[in-house]
Amino acid sequence: MVPASFEYYRPTDVSSVIALITQHGDDARVMAGGHSLIPMMKLRMAEIPHLIDLQDVAGLTGITIDGFTVRIGAMTTQTELIDHPGLRQTAPILREAALQIADPQVRCMGTIGGNVANGDPGNDMPGLMQCLNAQFTLIGPDGERTVAARDYYEAAYFTARSEEEVLTSIHFSARGGGYCYEKQKRKIGDYATAACAVTLYKEEGLCAGASIAMTNLSDVPVWSKAAGLALDGTSVDANAVKSAVEAAVADIDPSEDNRGPVDFKVYVAGVIIKRAIESAWSRA
Amino acid sequence: MPDKMHIQLTVNGRNEEFLAEPRELLIHTLRERMNITGPHVGCETSHCGACTVIVNDKAIKACTMFVAQANGSEITTIEGLGNPDSLHVLQESFREHHGLQCGYCTPGMITRATKLLEETPNPTEEEVRFGMAGNLCRCTGYQNIVKSILAAAAQMNAAQEAAE
Repeated sequence: MVPASFEYYRPTDVSSVIALITQHGDDARVMAGGHSLIPMMKLRMAEIPHLIDLQDVAGLTGITIDGFTVRIGAMTTQTELIDHPGLRQTAPILREAALQIADPQVRCMGTIGGNVANGDPGNDMPGLMQCLNAQFTLIGPDGERTVAARDYYEAAYFTARSEEEVLTSIHFSARGGGYCYEKQKRKIGDYATAACAVTLYKEEGLCAGASIAMTNLSDVPVWSKAAGLALDGTSVDANAVKSAVEAAVADIDPSEDNRGPVDFKVYVAGVIIKRAIESAWSRA
Repeated sequence: MPDKMHIQLTVNGRNEEFLAEPRELLIHTLRERMNITGPHVGCETSHCGACTVIVNDKAIKACTMFVAQANGSEITTIEGLGNPDSLHVLQESFREHHGLQCGYCTPGMITRATKLLEETPNPTEEEVRFGMAGNLCRCTGYQNIVKSILAAAAQMNAAQEAAE
């Protein structure tokens, strides 16, 4: 499997990346770790005459934690997320999710930016980013802008990012509380049959805010506002969990594929969402 | 046809400079250009790990890296870990504990296992299985592979203690 020929660029700053994209238009694509793009290129499902490798671009790496605010450079690898001691303390749900992505070799190449940017519904980080209400920083020819993860995904592989923009970093607020990223997959390293991210807060035995988002259960990640509200103010007893699961399942729209028919996916989603809520509550 | 690129790699300690198309995959560079045939082509789809090599201190799948991406890097393959006269502890352990049947996955297994034991010098069985999840074996059922890696870890730790 050999991809079509391409010109290769390895610029060292973002403005050079933007200049290359502007010059070559649709024929140019940026590449982070390449573990989504290279397989597509090898299958010739993607043909990219001008490939811009981001590995040497300054300012796209690093994790900074300032109080409650976490900022992660787009080129941060899944392995770096897993190994970062501060992140483990401040936002352990990222580590929990990253450990369920692919395998060790792939995780040391695959990046959080690549995972969230391309709009692949199978990727785990987009759902988690919606759960955390993360913000994505995009840089293009007209400067920088921020798009909420909850507004970013339009359809499978279609996002709010224009073709001339590069996703450079992610930031979100992490305020403790209970958390869980629960994922059902056919085998280790697989994409999710169903996965669910939950964060919630407990005050005097009651839920004081919850956020619930799901992976690979529609052609975009799904943040279910209604599911979070169903837990709010409750003691997260069996009835509240049941209501939240029903609300979350009402918001998904899975399609049949080699992971199973629609009914099966809806069933699995219900099980996974319930487990994620219960696990998050037990940690709150 | 785009121009060929000048590529420089350090492979198992040797400097290599050549012209290549950027789209050449690292596994083909190693096997076909350099006759380094320890890393194998298994699935070619980033799943099986038979092509695992170490690039700049990370164990990666060489079927999913363009030679252009690797330009300037330091690469170690199974050939750089040991040789028939002086086997790496893991190679010796795979032989001792019969951690292979057909042997096709073995170079990738051992190459990945060297990094696993750097990351987790004293792993549990579960940690070995999780840490080796990117390498598939269709013969052994993994039992003896796990046994080999655990035995190598014990031996390396004993040698370390003896040295201290």
